[in-house]
Amino acid sequence: MAEEIKAGCARPTGGPVGEKPAEKKETSEQPIVKEVKSMVIVGKKAPDFTAPAYHKGKFINVQLSEFLGKWVVLCFYPGDFTFV
Amino acid sequence: MSVDSVFVHKMWDDHELSKMVKGGIPFPMLSDGGGKVGSIFGVYLEDAGVEARGRFIIDPDGIIQGFEVLTPPVGRNVMESIRQIQAFQHVRNTKGAEATPSGWKPGKATLKPGPELVGKVWEVWKTSMAFDE
Repeated sequence: MAEEIKAGCARPTGGPVGEKPAEKKETSEQPIVKEVKSMVIVGKKAPDFTAPAYHKGKFINVQLSEFLGKWVVLCFYPGDFTFV
Repeated sequence: MSVDSVFVHKMWDDHELSKMVKGGIPFPMLSDGGGKVGSIFGVYLEDAGVEARGRFIIDPDGIIQGFEVLTPPVGRNVMESIRQIQAFQHVRNTKGAEATPSGWKPGKATLKPGPELVGKVWEVWKTSMAFDE
C-alpha cells in the first residue's frame, strides 16, 4: 500500500529499490574521483553560467556575466512550493 | 534559482507568489535542472536532488563578496542581506579606505584602518554599537 509522504521543506525524491548493485571489484585501481569542485571563494570571481529563467511572463536565458557593472544577489532554494 | 523547470516557476509565480508580491516576482527565476550550477557554487545537495538556501552577493566586477548557505527548513533574513550589500557598497565607494565594524548599518560610524588605529579601536568603537539600539 502506498505510504503517505509528510510534506517537508525539500522536494521529496525517490530512488532505485531492491538489492544494491554488487560492489565494484576494482580495489587495485584508483577510485574515480568525481571532479565537481566548488569554485566559490570570497574575494574571487563568481563562476559564470547560463540558465533558463522565467521573468515577468516570459521565458528568457540569463547569463551571470551580463550583470557585470551591477550588484547581483544570487539565491538558491530547495524548490518551488516548498513553504519557507 | 532551483532545480525546478521554468514552467513550474511560472505556475508558482502565477498561483502563489503573485498573491504575496504585487505583480509577481520582479526578478528572473532561474532554473538549474540537474543542479549543475548549484554544484559549482557548492549548494547542490546530491542525496535530496535539491539546492540548499544559498545566497551570494556578487559585486559589479563579478567578485563574490559574501555568501550564506542554510539547510532547507530555515529561511533567510532579507534585511541582513540588504545591510551587507549596503556595507560592501560603502567600502567600495571609499575605495577600501573605510571598513564597517560589527553591527554597522548606514548612518553608523565606520573605521578607517591604518597605523594610528592599531590598538585604539576600543577608543572609537564600543561593543554596544554591534547591536541595534
